[in-house]
Amino acid sequence: METPLTGNIRPDREPPDLPEYERAGGYRALRKALLSMTPWKVVEEVRSSMLRGRGGAGFPTGMKWTFVPKGPDAPRPKYLVCNADEMEPGTFKDRLLMEGDPHQLIEGMIVSAYAIEADVAWLFLRVEYALSAGRLAKAIAEAYGKGYLGKDILGSGYSLELYLHTSAGRYMCGEESGLLNSLEGKRATPRAKPPFPAVCGLWGKPTVINNVETLCNVPHIVNRGADWFKGLSRTGDSGTKLYGVSGRVRRPGISELPMGTTIREILESAGGMQEGYRLRAVIPGGASTEFVPAEHQDMPMDFDSLQAVGSRMGTGTMIVLDDRTCPVAMLRNLEQFFARESCGWCTPCRDGLPWVEKLLDAVEVGRGEPEDLELLAMHAKFLGPGLTFCALAPGAMEPLRSGLSLFRDDFLRHIREKRCPWR
Amino acid sequence: MMTAEEIREIEAELAHYPVRRAGAIEALKVVQRHRGWISDDSVKEIAAFLGMSADEVDAVATFYNLVFRRKVGRHVILVCDSVSCWVMGYDSLRDRLSASLGIGLGETTADGRFTFLPTACLGACDRAPAMMVDEDLHGPVNPGGIDAILGNYR
Repeated sequence: METPLTGNIRPDREPPDLPEYERAGGYRALRKALLSMTPWKVVEEVRSSMLRGRGGAGFPTGMKWTFVPKGPDAPRPKYLVCNADEMEPGTFKDRLLMEGDPHQLIEGMIVSAYAIEADVAWLFLRVEYALSAGRLAKAIAEAYGKGYLGKDILGSGYSLELYLHTSAGRYMCGEESGLLNSLEGKRATPRAKPPFPAVCGLWGKPTVINNVETLCNVPHIVNRGADWFKGLSRTGDSGTKLYGVSGRVRRPGISELPMGTTIREILESAGGMQEGYRLRAVIPGGASTEFVPAEHQDMPMDFDSLQAVGSRMGTGTMIVLDDRTCPVAMLRNLEQFFARESCGWCTPCRDGLPWVEKLLDAVEVGRGEPEDLELLAMHAKFLGPGLTFCALAPGAMEPLRSGLSLFRDDFLRHIREKRCPWR
Repeated sequence: MMTAEEIREIEAELAHYPVRRAGAIEALKVVQRHRGWISDDSVKEIAAFLGMSADEVDAVATFYNLVFRRKVGRHVILVCDSVSCWVMGYDSLRDRLSASLGIGLGETTADGRFTFLPTACLGACDRAPAMMVDEDLHGPVNPGGIDAILGNYR
């Protein structure tokens, strides 16, 4: 089984320095792309590979790149932004890539920037990832020192400046238009679309925003081709995937597995459930995805399969709900996060999420009323897609909507017994 | 007054941006690194330096979780209260930290050594329950090991 993304990552996560990375085949894709491929050929290869964005939404990467104006008449400068603001609860996959193999990300960024003819690349990193920041800064300096960044890279005529930017902490920085506002030194509130960032992004210029894992795939696709990449997968969604598991499992962590690996196999890669705990459900891909009950364990974890059962793969990092944890309290914790991190830009989200949090708090501590379930269901509907400015509140409603249906008996018991039966 | 060192560091960041006001967050972080927190006077100084109004800078400063608009201790403890850490024992970690420090969330010890804050997901879900002290990530934290961890920060 091939693991291109994590092949260089050592058990202790000490990253390879530049010479080690080069010995392992690093920066070969950069040479190949810049010296023997046109930018459009790189776009075509990535588009043919069917790589879908690994940040959660799963939009086809090559297609996103085609939206950027190209050629001598395109507005300048153009930007590539790496979204490394990994702040969705339950999601911790990109940290592994940045700590364990920072040059892979830098190379992915340079090749991707070349594909869209970007002049400047920004690596937008959450400030809490201090270890990643140090390692990435070192890798960037090494890449400049070797002529992989800066003016006229390898004599190709292509130039790129790459800056590392650490945030000041806020979930909204991970929303792509919020991220752009934050990079411009503003509050990370979302922007109206259209215009889309590919045409009008950072400081009004064409901008592509891609996730860390997405960008790390690009050098391998350039080196080995679209067909090889498609062959890595077990299903229609191509490539491998960094799957993560947290909660009451024996070995919480990240595994690189073929796209389409089943939930059961991913749980097995984490050593299965801890002694004395049974699996009740998983949140498959970060806090903003719907619960999937244990009976769906044999379902492949890929974009299309999860969509078919009403959930989303999101980031592919699952959070386990065991049989000794109160699902109502878990939902309260999830909604507390979203209520706190709402930027306040639009009213349904600003007012609705704290209300949801208060209702869940009341039910959990035994002050709930039967009509609270109707109120929660109403919020799950009216904070849904298309009714708020961005996807934060609709995302927050995904675990709630599924939880209200899957754990209805638990909710009713809290209300009937006027206490949390799990305590 | 901003020091020459602060000005030098902010100017180095501004070199990457097409407009000065884009450096607002970086300027806040530089000043916070030197002074520990962002006072009203710091807001005014940064605003004057970047050609912004104090309200504009304050709007940015108050938005971000890790820009401190109140004085904090020499070491800031961020304890992750997001879902994976919660499942794995956040409540007992918080209670034990609170007992060891003698303060609640949002407070600073009387000796000015520690400020104790909740934080959204630290991205260390494989090491839950997790906490950060300054730039050091700790996890999984056994509540019994807290005093040993705190002992490293004088």
